[in-house]
Amino acid sequence: MPERNFTIPIGPQHPALKEPESFNVTLQGEKIVGMNVRLGYNHRGIEKACEERTFVQDVYLIERVCGICSHSHSTCFVQAVEEIAGLEVPKRGLYIRTLVAELERVHSHLLWLGVAGHEIGFDTLLMYTWRDREVVMDLLALLTGNRVHYGMNTIGGVRRDITAEQIPQILAAVDTLEERTKYYAQVATQEMTIIKRLSGVGVLSHEDAKHLGAVGPTARASAVDRDVRRDDPYAAYGALSFNVVTDNHNDVYGRTLVRVGELMEAYKLIRQIVANLPGGPIAVKAPRKIPAGEALSRYEAPRGEDIHYVRANGTDKPERVKIRAPTLANVQVVAHMLKDRYLADLPIVIAAIDPCFSCTDRAIRVRSDVDAMPETMSWPALRAQSIDWYRQQGIDFTQLNRTFMKK
Amino acid sequence: MASALFYILIFPGFLFVSVFGLAAEYIDRKLCAKLQNRVGPPWFQPLADLVKLVAKETVMPVDADLTIFRLMPVVALTAAITALLYIPMWGPQALFSFQGDVIVVLYLLTIPTLTFFLGGWYSRSVFSMIGAARSITQLFAYEIPLFLSILAPALLANTWSLSEMTVFYGQHPRYGLFNFAGFWIALTALLGKLEKVPFDIPEAETEIVAGSFTEYSGRLLAFFRMTINIEMVVGASLLAAVFLPYGLHLGPLVGFVLYLLKVLLVVALLSLSRTVFARLRIDQMIDFCWKYVAPVAFAQLLADLMLKGLLG
Repeated sequence: MPERNFTIPIGPQHPALKEPESFNVTLQGEKIVGMNVRLGYNHRGIEKACEERTFVQDVYLIERVCGICSHSHSTCFVQAVEEIAGLEVPKRGLYIRTLVAELERVHSHLLWLGVAGHEIGFDTLLMYTWRDREVVMDLLALLTGNRVHYGMNTIGGVRRDITAEQIPQILAAVDTLEERTKYYAQVATQEMTIIKRLSGVGVLSHEDAKHLGAVGPTARASAVDRDVRRDDPYAAYGALSFNVVTDNHNDVYGRTLVRVGELMEAYKLIRQIVANLPGGPIAVKAPRKIPAGEALSRYEAPRGEDIHYVRANGTDKPERVKIRAPTLANVQVVAHMLKDRYLADLPIVIAAIDPCFSCTDRAIRVRSDVDAMPETMSWPALRAQSIDWYRQQGIDFTQLNRTFMKK
Repeated sequence: MASALFYILIFPGFLFVSVFGLAAEYIDRKLCAKLQNRVGPPWFQPLADLVKLVAKETVMPVDADLTIFRLMPVVALTAAITALLYIPMWGPQALFSFQGDVIVVLYLLTIPTLTFFLGGWYSRSVFSMIGAARSITQLFAYEIPLFLSILAPALLANTWSLSEMTVFYGQHPRYGLFNFAGFWIALTALLGKLEKVPFDIPEAETEIVAGSFTEYSGRLLAFFRMTINIEMVVGASLLAAVFLPYGLHLGPLVGFVLYLLKVLLVVALLSLSRTVFARLRIDQMIDFCWKYVAPVAFAQLLADLMLKGLLG
């Protein structure tokens, strides 16, 4: 290995990342000496698009923020809208919402376990967990009609009821999953090579976790006892009993334990919900126009605390929607955790926060001191700059534009 | 002349070893898939992959040293195939043998790793360079235990020829059992040599894409993939010849069938380890090899020396 440092690009296209994101890693041999994280490859303008659509359409758009925690985002959004409109969601609606939320947590954590296995080169774990994840995916398809974007939420409640025939199926699936999860917990906590790759890796001390504002399992594995479901109960969580799983290993191993623990808690919760499912309607009718007002909604997504802010202005369209996905809070700690670690630890440390970059990418501004730009640009200036930029890349549309103009 | 060409090109040379290599790859992949609860590929998949790669365009990096970049896959393949000529397959006698062919086979098996290093290093891509450096680092960790574990049985047999070793252990089958620890060491080292989980550090997909092979494509990549398959067969044959030298005196046909079964046993053990372990880190791999594998290899060597002393 040469003595000089060199930089390797992990992303935007790299086998370790399932979504485009850029980590420029400076290496000295196998050691990471510096890192530059850059978000923004997946910006889709969802917040702006929400302002152009009605509240009901937004529920479906918001659901597409994430392909894994889709229910989290839509619940978080409808909670905010319901608060503004002063809607009282029926109990049965809340319970069904919670049920889907916990099933989603199960599928998300099983997915994570598989991805974590893959990142440390243990593909067998990936194959097994993803096989069993099908059980919960099928269950979600049975209950909601869809595997990924459930379309379960609506403003004022949920769209589909749970029938009496479905309940034994839910319980049977949960039994299967619980048994399998116990086995994976045993594998992940006892297999030597896994422990070697996980423990002591990606250390985030309790103080740093608080200081850097980590959320979700990442924070809870550093003994930060924080969970929106308990601290600020929403949906049916206030009426249910569950433990917030924490751990003091502070490393990736701890994060694995927390997620496996949360899986076990989720099974407990699902059984409670099914046993105590109240009767009555599943939704109330929501007005088309939401009265002026604003609300902030918090939700404990599988990856951590999700925050949605909605401001309504009395029309059928929101004036502003702001989404803060949990990964944005956690991405800061990655660079911290990787300092002076090995390159081989990089995939698992990134994976350990269970990143969801497309959820995270909101508006960005890349600042560069070399070509300092004014804070705001006029439309012609922006246009001129874009033409110039493309010209530098060797693409010139001027002639083409003129032809179009003539037509 | 004609027979020499037949040996080199058809049996047990290029054609046979290629087919055997592809078959071994198929068994490795299928078994691995079954153990991971997957369906796995159909039987012709390795051949189809090979044909596909050969038919594809070979893209070469602008910065690469093209001579070395093109040469290395061929050198690797040649070395791997040559090694098989000195390993007894259907009887106690290999096709060619001389005093010292154990060492030659071991060195021929080292050449592919060196070509991975050179090919990767001269690709001039950061991922390849890290992969290449890891290949060579790993080589230093497993190579000495491998040499020790293969040379210990040779010491006991008092010869440096694989064929004579097989004859010796054929006459004294119980001594073969004595080298049991050596078999596991050689198997561990073979995992490192073939860059398979838990020692697939030089081509760790999630860190450095494909390591040394990142910039390779088309025919050159096909050569490298073939090399790894053939190396697997040759390594397994070496283990079979040194540690499982049984049944070779029963005639060429029985001996050959037994040889195939022994090689497949070793391949199966390799795929098993591929499914039950996670990838280690390079520092952990070196620690493991020097702290545990090398001392056991030394112990095996000492034990063989003592046994030899006792036997006079």
